[in-house]
Amino acid sequence: MSAKIVTITSGKGGVGKTTATANIGVGLASTGERVVCIDADIGLRNLDVIMGLENRIVYDFVDVVEGRCKLRQAMIRDKRLDTLFLIPAAQTRDKTAVSPQDMVRLTNELRQEYDWVLIDSPAGIERGFRNAIAPADQVLIITNPEVSAVRDADRIIGLIEAEEKGPGKLILNRVKPEMVRRGDMLGTEDVLDVLAIELIGIVPEDESVIVATNQGIPVAMEPNSKAGRAFHDIARRLKGEDVPFADLGGGDGFFGRISRMMRAGGES
Amino acid sequence: MNFFQKVGFGRSRSAESAKERLQLVLIHDRAGISPGKLETLKDDLINVISRHIEIETEAVEITLTKERDQHRLVADIPLAPIRKRRHTTS
Repeated sequence: MSAKIVTITSGKGGVGKTTATANIGVGLASTGERVVCIDADIGLRNLDVIMGLENRIVYDFVDVVEGRCKLRQAMIRDKRLDTLFLIPAAQTRDKTAVSPQDMVRLTNELRQEYDWVLIDSPAGIERGFRNAIAPADQVLIITNPEVSAVRDADRIIGLIEAEEKGPGKLILNRVKPEMVRRGDMLGTEDVLDVLAIELIGIVPEDESVIVATNQGIPVAMEPNSKAGRAFHDIARRLKGEDVPFADLGGGDGFFGRISRMMRAGGES
Repeated sequence: MNFFQKVGFGRSRSAESAKERLQLVLIHDRAGISPGKLETLKDDLINVISRHIEIETEAVEITLTKERDQHRLVADIPLAPIRKRRHTTS
């Protein structure tokens, strides 16, 4: 068995990379897959708090890179899902403490024993981003339906292709179906029109993400969360399952079609 | 943009302008040519062409377009009215 290495990145900050990494990890692990999530945002670590594992950190990724501990010792097992692990980022160092070669070497060590390695990329297109995509077999680009986030996603898609890590797949996060329906938010089709990339997930804006995050519980562990369900769907699609996309206003739902027909009628 | 928007009813449907703005900014981003650079290019182009033919400098339009993977620089350069040109060249 050889793990697949998946990097979650976005260019723009604050669009949901860390939340997506944690919850896709939960989605995969809850089907019995062995998953390691790596926080590659050195100096600004956050995957630990999103996963609710911040109190159990002893060693971090830079300790492993610099030989102060074994890879195994830096891995924290999630007690709620015993096939889910976190390797936290160092908080007091910066991105230059790790090289792309280090990332490739250490993730290769994980390949034999795990099914998935998920890498949470830092924002930006500099060293931290280069580190995060260096070992990737697959890159997921996450964005929000906003001009600035989609623009940055386009830049990232170009960089990933230049690094021969493409084609990436897109997660559209924080969609408000009601706003899409009334024409005040870019819908899935709009975003796919401009980006020309394959879609792997649509995640609705959902207050339960904040509630869950407040308590250190990844939202995908909550059975009744819409966002949580969307992350489970992404995990299943990563595994190769054919999971239909839920309609979030921009798809082919009844209301979407009607409102688009009305819009088309109003033109010219 | 529909009729009601043009006349100012229902300020809604901002998604359309978001999409239009995105498409425009991405054409420039992808080609690596900023709108400012295009403006400089346009001025140079006007200078060069004006040395040979009289043109309507105010109406010159240089735009970037994209069809599939091909970026294209499109220049629309209207000539000055014939009467005027005859006058200056004779």
